[in-house]
Amino acid sequence: MYCQNCQKKEATIHLTEITDGLRTETHLCEHCAQEEGIAVKSQLSINELLSSLLASQPSDDETFGDTKQSISCPHCGSTLEQFTKDAVLGCPYDYEAFEKSLAPLIRKAHNGKESHCGKVPSKTSEGTKKQIELMKLRQELEAAVQNEDYELAAELRDKIKRRDK
Amino acid sequence: MKLTDISANINEWFDGSGPLADIVISTRIRLARNIAGHKFLSRCSAAEKSEILNKLKETLMSLELGDKVFYLSVDKTSLLGRHFLVERHLISRHHAFGKGPRGAVIAQREFFTAMINEEDHLRIQVLKGGCQLGQCYEQINRIDDMIEQKVDYAFSPRYGYLTACPTNLGTGIRVSVMLHLPALKMTGQIEKFLNATRDMGLAVRGLFGEGSEAAGDFYQISNQVTLGVSESDIISLFENAIIPEIVEYENAARNRLLSKEPEVLDDKISRAMALLRNAHLISSQEALFLLSHLRMGINMRERMGASTPAIEKLSGLSDAGRGTEKPETLSITTINRLFMLTQPAHLQLNYGKQLGPERRDALRAEIIRSALHG
Repeated sequence: MYCQNCQKKEATIHLTEITDGLRTETHLCEHCAQEEGIAVKSQLSINELLSSLLASQPSDDETFGDTKQSISCPHCGSTLEQFTKDAVLGCPYDYEAFEKSLAPLIRKAHNGKESHCGKVPSKTSEGTKKQIELMKLRQELEAAVQNEDYELAAELRDKIKRRDK
Repeated sequence: MKLTDISANINEWFDGSGPLADIVISTRIRLARNIAGHKFLSRCSAAEKSEILNKLKETLMSLELGDKVFYLSVDKTSLLGRHFLVERHLISRHHAFGKGPRGAVIAQREFFTAMINEEDHLRIQVLKGGCQLGQCYEQINRIDDMIEQKVDYAFSPRYGYLTACPTNLGTGIRVSVMLHLPALKMTGQIEKFLNATRDMGLAVRGLFGEGSEAAGDFYQISNQVTLGVSESDIISLFENAIIPEIVEYENAARNRLLSKEPEVLDDKISRAMALLRNAHLISSQEALFLLSHLRMGINMRERMGASTPAIEKLSGLSDAGRGTEKPETLSITTINRLFMLTQPAHLQLNYGKQLGPERRDALRAEIIRSALHG
């Protein structure tokens, strides 16, 4: 079946509308459908995926209080609201902090899969504690610089250097 | 090393060699990684970004890659230079036109690039000509192992490599193949093919030009799922299912054109030849569109032994710029060179200064005319 608009390309989008009991059918190719503004985009942008999914999250989640704005990552201060705006997370620990909200989105983006199967770095286990500590130290360092406490900043910088090897 | 050292030639992966290179132009595998103990880039101050940049730069420059590597400070590279790097597929558009301290480590032979502070702290890629999925993965995996000896990656046993955007989570792998599918387009089957590809959960983009419009019948297909499937499963899906099927469809369409509609085929090739050899102003979109038909004609002669009046005439054009006394038949390398070297930033970089669109169109037409004489 050819597109009823351009009569050139094959119709791949079939729209059935019922208005006041009257049924109309429209058959369009992807290009014309998009021109008409009725096409379902074949590739959902990441932003669209994120905001649609997060918008559909139940807001009365018991674990996290009632609004998504109230959850923030204890490590980087990011909020879920920020994430829906930027489409990127604030730090690796956001995956824990927002686990409940992110899980359905991760499943959706990865075809129903929810855990890693693949390469594992050869030196993982030792790191986790160190990672958290380093992140904390860096945050303290930033605060020290902001408060112009350069003595403390220098101390923290050295501490980070020693640990981050 | 300067960008003009590489801008006058095509990349090794685009010289027309490699398995199935008439249809599969090149294979690219990219890994997304972040360093443990740092926030993702959106929450990093400029100082923390610089710290990450310096650490990764030092690590990457010390690796033994079997080729000279050079470092580019992307935020200090000129706008033209950044456009060039994108045309060359060395860095992403996001990296070229992003914000803050960021850099790229590039192997001189252009098979390897590391983007530092793109969307993730580190994105490494290996690019090879033709269909070389296994080889690309082996190499990128080895490089990843070497980096991992020197830095701690952010990794969780449940979610794998942690990335700034959850869509890259898990393996962090993006396998992409660049395809030239002119016959599927000519025979009106391309949309059906694209829909089928999307149904398989793959992303389809254009290879050249802005946005997702596939200029010159070049398409790039990549996996989207990165969590819950292993690297080798993703690669074997491409190797054993996706690529053979696409190659078969495109070849069937080429055969059908040849046996059922030779005049359609010859019309496209002859018109492309006539325009390219006579135009005095040509846009990059038009050049890509027309060169695509010549590329198909030459490949059909070389790979399928096709011989139609237009294909014969096409192969009779001499291979200019090779410096040989005896004119050779027009090669795929020459056509591929024209694809790359007539891109806007390549033109300007090789000309030595910025040019307006009309001047570029004239220069582009001149380069193409002189390459296709005879």
